[in-house]
Amino acid sequence: MPSSPAVLEMRGITKQFQGVRALAGVDFRLLPGEVHALMGQNGAGKSTLVKVLTGVHRADAGRLLLDGQDIAPQSPLDAQRLGIRTVYQEVNLCTNLSVAENIFLGSAGTSNFAIRWRDMRRKAAALLAELNVHIDVGAPLSRYPLAVQQMVAIARALTAQHERTGRAGTRLLILDEPTSSLTEDEVEMLFSVMRRLKAQGIAILFITHFLDQAFAISDRFTVLRNGALVGEYPVAQLSTMELIVKMVGKEIAAAGPGRAARAAASEPAAPPFLEARGLSKRGSVTGIDLAVQPGKAVAIAGLLGSGRTETVRLLFGIDHADRGSLMIEGKPVRFGSPLEAIRRGLGFCPEDRKAEGILGELSLRENIIIALQCRRGIFHSLSRARQDEIARSYIELLGIKAHDADVPIATLSGGNQQKALLARWLATDPRMLILDEPTRGIDVGAKVEIMAQVMGLCDNGMAVVYSSSEMTEVLDYADRVVVMRDRAKVGELDAAGADEQQVFQLIAGG
Amino acid sequence: MAAAYLRRLTTRDGFWPIAVLVLLLGYNLIADPGFFAISVKDGHLYGSLIDILNRASPLMIIAMGLTLVIATRGIDISVGAVVAISGAVAAAMIGGELVLSGGTGMADVTRYPLVIVLPCALGVATLCGMWNGALVSWFGLQPIVATLILLGTGRGVAQLITSGQIVTIYYSPYYVIGNGFLLGVPFSLFIAAAVAAVLALLTRRTALGLFIQAIGINPVASRLAGIRARGITFAVYAVCGLCAGIAGLIVSSNVKSADGNNAGLLFELDAILAVVLGGTSLAGGRFSLIGSILGALIIQTLTTTIYAVGVAPEVTLVVKGLVVFVVSILQSERIKALIGAAKRSV
Amino acid sequence: MIDRRHRLLPLAVTVALFALLYGAGAYHFDGFFSLQVFLNFFIDNAFLAITAIGMTFVILSGGIDLSVGSVIALATMVSAALVEHRGWSPAVVIPLVLAMGSAIGLIMGLVIQYFQVQPFIATLAGMFLARGLCYLISIDSITIENAFYTDLAAFRIPLPFETSITVNVVVALVVLAAAIYLAHYTRFGRTVYAIGGNEQSALLMGLPVARTKVLVYTFNGLCSALAGVVFTFYMLSGYGLHAQGMELDAIAAVVIGGTLLTGGSGYVAGTLFGVLIYGTIQTIISFQGDLSSWWTKIVIGLLLLAFCLLQRAFARTRRM
Repeated sequence: MPSSPAVLEMRGITKQFQGVRALAGVDFRLLPGEVHALMGQNGAGKSTLVKVLTGVHRADAGRLLLDGQDIAPQSPLDAQRLGIRTVYQEVNLCTNLSVAENIFLGSAGTSNFAIRWRDMRRKAAALLAELNVHIDVGAPLSRYPLAVQQMVAIARALTAQHERTGRAGTRLLILDEPTSSLTEDEVEMLFSVMRRLKAQGIAILFITHFLDQAFAISDRFTVLRNGALVGEYPVAQLSTMELIVKMVGKEIAAAGPGRAARAAASEPAAPPFLEARGLSKRGSVTGIDLAVQPGKAVAIAGLLGSGRTETVRLLFGIDHADRGSLMIEGKPVRFGSPLEAIRRGLGFCPEDRKAEGILGELSLRENIIIALQCRRGIFHSLSRARQDEIARSYIELLGIKAHDADVPIATLSGGNQQKALLARWLATDPRMLILDEPTRGIDVGAKVEIMAQVMGLCDNGMAVVYSSSEMTEVLDYADRVVVMRDRAKVGELDAAGADEQQVFQLIAGG
Repeated sequence: MAAAYLRRLTTRDGFWPIAVLVLLLGYNLIADPGFFAISVKDGHLYGSLIDILNRASPLMIIAMGLTLVIATRGIDISVGAVVAISGAVAAAMIGGELVLSGGTGMADVTRYPLVIVLPCALGVATLCGMWNGALVSWFGLQPIVATLILLGTGRGVAQLITSGQIVTIYYSPYYVIGNGFLLGVPFSLFIAAAVAAVLALLTRRTALGLFIQAIGINPVASRLAGIRARGITFAVYAVCGLCAGIAGLIVSSNVKSADGNNAGLLFELDAILAVVLGGTSLAGGRFSLIGSILGALIIQTLTTTIYAVGVAPEVTLVVKGLVVFVVSILQSERIKALIGAAKRSV
Repeated sequence: MIDRRHRLLPLAVTVALFALLYGAGAYHFDGFFSLQVFLNFFIDNAFLAITAIGMTFVILSGGIDLSVGSVIALATMVSAALVEHRGWSPAVVIPLVLAMGSAIGLIMGLVIQYFQVQPFIATLAGMFLARGLCYLISIDSITIENAFYTDLAAFRIPLPFETSITVNVVVALVVLAAAIYLAHYTRFGRTVYAIGGNEQSALLMGLPVARTKVLVYTFNGLCSALAGVVFTFYMLSGYGLHAQGMELDAIAAVVIGGTLLTGGSGYVAGTLFGVLIYGTIQTIISFQGDLSSWWTKIVIGLLLLAFCLLQRAFARTRRM
């Protein structure tokens, strides 16, 4: 099989976002009739690579070859026209339209006037039957579960005319996290379709965070880490453990012993500041037990989609648990809104800084003081002088690089924005900080700086809960590690005694 | 140096509205050298400028209320209907009865004293605003639809209050609101100034202004930072209703009657235009109350100018419609990107 | 088959509401239950039906158009001015008015699509522009005495049982049939639904999103102008104050007719029932006698609100 020429080749793809390197000279090769899994952690560069391929982003450097010819897709539509078809996790179809329309609307060969419904339905039903899906194609797509919607998206991709070559049908299919919301049976159904397509010589690029699925269906892996290529491996050559190690990396911590080693000897366990017991939310996470003492850091480890973000959102009152209890200093609490959590001394830095963290057009100063202002209430306004003073002191303390405190925060770099969000919470004098992927999308220098600052606060008695997809970050800074898989807690370790193997094993479900 | 100074000047808040206003006034001065003249008659100030200020005051008040709504990424197109409702409530409570006194003049007769009439009218207007606010913040209706409902039904309600009649007000103390003078200056200006002072105090002395901007910029991030977005959104619509109510009192006092059909007709456009001209973006976020006041003055000056030029007053509607088109296009991302690209290439 | 039924549920609610209202009217008022009274719903609301059909496409695409009332007024005004003051032939005037309405819609569509101005702002500006243009022509009402218009207004198409309808009704029914075809049997129509369902997906599916959105507003402008022409046959005058607040009635008819305000779901035929419900309420209030006609506005506004809230609740339970 490797002797046949590649359907797709990506050579030396490099891409930067505002000075942060997302991809550094990545090579990738997709052969006809193979399922090739692209593996990597959050921020490893998988999605950037796919976005370059599908025309969402344009590479700063590198070549894209389709059937040996250079291509440069300018938009998703452009990529489609070239024959690069993608089926996303959140199906990009119009669920209000009928199944048949979702397969044929807009594709060549359907009439602009006088749509022949019966004809279209018959063809759609036949096409889906080939994929072993038997449904009423006249019903709106929204009536069917996601798995069926994905089959429909695949069917649509298969009908695509390959415009450049004039060949009917597609030869390259990208499945981007197609299984995240599927049940086991549905996954099996998808896999059988994938095998069938493979047999027809279609090349499938498969992206998933479920390792067992990657092993079950793929022929080869390409692993990325921190925007760089780790390697390309036939599936048979890697064990689950080896794959995780390649994904997560095993860089030896740069300086000295981990935090856990330092703190382990110090004092006996104090009563927890915050404690969650069996926290669950339907359709989200189940059975989260978690306790954080003042001056301790708990890391939530797990792969993408394991339920880390969902867990911290429950702790901060953004989403509401429907079972389980939450206690602060031993007293049960129910947070109706983030404000109530803030009033009890909590702070929260979200994973998606831009969408949920910063207030882009407001100044750095306003972004820093806003949570404190909320905590004080609307009528106890901070004077301008006081605002300036607070902003100045935190800009200095955290080393935020900005022209002055009155520049819009959107103009700062990612690392400085994250520090500003940290400053926002520090200004409220919190008892506990919750950080969801605090170093995501931040350059390496700032990463270390931010974690060091958080841990400094922790040493001074603040409780910290953070989620991270980087193993070094988990083991170097945390006192305890909570491991999650499949939206549930699967284990808890004392970071002092733990080594990577144990964490990897829990993540892998071994 | 000069260029840099000019660039700094033109990017200052309020520069463009002031420039437009100065241009308009300048044109009027050339067309009519007596335009700026202010005379004193019976201890009252008279003149075109005073007239513009006086006529612009209801619009200024509405525009200020609407500014807050727009800053939260909302809109309220029911303000004109609320103007009609507030005037209708006041007129209905005063009674509309003409009682002649001594055969010469009219007697001041009212069914309820003003201290009851005014709070009632304003209360009803505030309720209208709260209705809008509730639909938007708690029921999650799109602001345009929520307020469209009141735009349509509000005039019906005003008609019901006045039993479908134009109620004439024969009660001279009420006239003071829209026609009176205090210290030689039109009384309505004092009301506008008071509203401006209260709103400026609320948005600057409390954190309300900051919270409103935050909600308009990013509702999700605002909630995570601890802002009660729903409550504030609700309050902002209520305030907008109250402002429209105050304007309704001025309008009905000015024409000494309440006309459910035509009072405050098309005010929503003028108010939106004033806010937009004042530099507040329809996309929410940063807002400027002073800008909106200037915007209202621009609109009134424009109207006065069109009258002075001798063109049919109805033309203003065409001009305003065009200005909304132009300004909203200028604010659009595409134009901003084009301007940005042009600047970089220079 | 459960699926098909589910999709028809909003329409079923609408039809049931109409039947209920009609039944109540027939029960309470003598003479209400007559074929002619029923046909009068169509005769008195033909223009509303036409403009609401255009609005259906706008709302299906996820947009809104506040300019329809003004465009109707402008169409009556231009018709009246050209026919009465200039003495132009209706054969020239009517196509001209229709072209004018389409042009207004086209311009608003272009502004919405290419400058990403929110639909309500662009159409609000269009609303004032069109009203202003009316007043530019004349501030007063212009009565139409042209023989073509008066003859057409008086002309009745006889139906069985000594009932009749006007030409306007025929025009409205033709528009309805054309719109149903357009919505369900052309790529344009399906693209409108796709945009309303998920604009991003529609774009990724390779559908002509930009062109379709512009065309939707153009079509609505055409419908409004046609409604204006029909309105002149009904009122025999051109006036800048005609069709005041008609945008609310049209939007209400569409939403009460079962079309989702957020776009992507609904039927053109449903809008007809929305208009019939409007007509029934109007007739009940006029039969009642002691109620102000303003109650129609209030009731229709409240009904619009009720349907909006119902749609919200429906959307919420579906997401669960």
